[in-house]
Amino acid sequence: MSGRAPGSLMEIYRSKFRSEIAVQFAYRGALAIWLLGLLLEPVIYLVVWTTVAASQGGAVGGFTAGEFAAYFAILMVVNQLTFTWHFHEMEWRIRQGFFSPLLLRPVHPVHNDIAENLTFKLLTFTAVVPAAIVLLVAFRASLQPSLVDVLAFIPALALAMVLRFLVEWTLALAAFWLTKVSAINQAYYVLMLFLSGQVAPLALLPPIVQTLASLLPFRWMVAFPVETLQGRLSPSEILTGIGAQIVWIMLAWGLLQVGWRAGVKRYSAVGA
Amino acid sequence: MAIDDRSPAILVRELRKTYAVPEREPGLRAALGSLVRRRTRQVEAVAGISFHVSPGEIVGFLGPNGAGKTTTLKVLSGLLHPTAGEVRSLGHVPWQRDPAFLRRMTLIMGQRNQLAWDIPVIDSFELNRAIFGVPRDEYRQRLTELTDLLELGELMRKPVRNLSLGERMKCEFAGSLLHRPEVLFLDEPTIGLDVTMQRRIRAFIAEYNSRTGATTLLTSHYMADVEALCRRVVVIHHGTLLYDGDLTGLVARFSPHKSITIDLEDGGEGLGERIPALVGPPEWIVSHAEGRLTLRVPRSETARLTTRLLANLPVRDVIVDEPPIDEIIDLVFAGRAGPAEVPPA
Repeated sequence: MSGRAPGSLMEIYRSKFRSEIAVQFAYRGALAIWLLGLLLEPVIYLVVWTTVAASQGGAVGGFTAGEFAAYFAILMVVNQLTFTWHFHEMEWRIRQGFFSPLLLRPVHPVHNDIAENLTFKLLTFTAVVPAAIVLLVAFRASLQPSLVDVLAFIPALALAMVLRFLVEWTLALAAFWLTKVSAINQAYYVLMLFLSGQVAPLALLPPIVQTLASLLPFRWMVAFPVETLQGRLSPSEILTGIGAQIVWIMLAWGLLQVGWRAGVKRYSAVGA
Repeated sequence: MAIDDRSPAILVRELRKTYAVPEREPGLRAALGSLVRRRTRQVEAVAGISFHVSPGEIVGFLGPNGAGKTTTLKVLSGLLHPTAGEVRSLGHVPWQRDPAFLRRMTLIMGQRNQLAWDIPVIDSFELNRAIFGVPRDEYRQRLTELTDLLELGELMRKPVRNLSLGERMKCEFAGSLLHRPEVLFLDEPTIGLDVTMQRRIRAFIAEYNSRTGATTLLTSHYMADVEALCRRVVVIHHGTLLYDGDLTGLVARFSPHKSITIDLEDGGEGLGERIPALVGPPEWIVSHAEGRLTLRVPRSETARLTTRLLANLPVRDVIVDEPPIDEIIDLVFAGRAGPAEVPPA
């Protein structure tokens, strides 16, 4: 009985995929509304920035209207693939006592969340890509990546997904100590908005903010893959970026382990 | 206490669990004050209890709300770190939550839902199969067995949110037993269910135990559950152990009395004065009206007195009975009742 056969973690993922897809389809209405919101956000930024670009004679800080369009269309895809909802989820679980069943399973709860995350991404990805294409066409985006950019985009995106998941899951563990992690979530969200390049491309922000974004994990979670696909980075900058992603992933992984152990210890000390 | 020669499935030695509970006076001033300095009070939920359970036993774990039952079950299943003491479940230290341990036990809480809310029951089962690494052929066989025993049939295709409480509980049971646990911790498994459903769940627990030999520790406020399932009970109150032994022993120990009810011929007319003399101590007479005499008599006197009354009175019917177990439990707890200190649920 003891000792898990190799490949059975895969089986858990497969089962979780199937049941998650069922859950998502049970809430197709909510899913549709959520997708609409997802599409609306970049459209708003796009309209603002293309207007600004037009009023400044066609370009702001090296971004033409077409480049803004490309930036926000790609950003939408990257954001959709990297975002997580674990702040809410973790708080809800711990307050409502739904965490205990997860602890009683012979698998680390993080697998549950990774599987949920991937399933949701897979489902929404099929809607987000066409939406991005519509944006690219409608706003006459200019996008001519080289083959290297396209090839580099794939690992940059994958690592961004891993990094953002690990960082946000680890931060959400604060729910073990605080009954309300919403405050942390808010602070994080604001930082994220500016430092990960969601409001504007980082190149348009003051140098100090750019430095901060590069030193902290924010740029590597969202902006970096977008910049890569747009062909704004030299090969050495791309390599540095991937290196930064890997370093941050290792750091976040270590923190997750430590935070998890301490969190569970606390949870089981104060009562579940 | 008899020591079983096999190693116990559950072993608890001097278990203590203390919670730090934040405390403050009501009102705004106190609320502001608590921002600066938080006061906590130590509440001892479990204050040093010891017992063990042999493999295959079904033990009833009794006590009023806040006695420390749920806390103990949570420690035993690995959800809580104890403050002190030694605990082994199936030879494991539960709170280390070794997957090898988790795959061999289950905790079912009557008030907590473990199945996914939005998907059909069968999909949740399939997920549990994967999580607990149950081979497919064994899964199918167990599923058929559980479906029959619990009459799940149609329920399996419905989303959990569309099930009634009783239906959901049956599904919780099936889902929690697919990995065939060797130890079952059941916390109020029949709470809120109607009498018929309570009986079904009870019969199922007995059947599961006899088929698999699973060790079962069960808490319940329904004495019918305990009477039907548990030969042995462990009673705790304010975190300390009051009694550990068989159910009949509990009755004998905490209720040294039996009740005798006698119906007299012709409404017992004209016997008014003779009865007190026959019975003896006046406090043994609980009531005497309309031809019915009710007595509460020390256990040791029951046989002698019944014989005397039968010989000397025109008796139509006689019932000698134990007081109801609920009453005894009430008595036990009332005797020790103090201000209840309830740990956070």
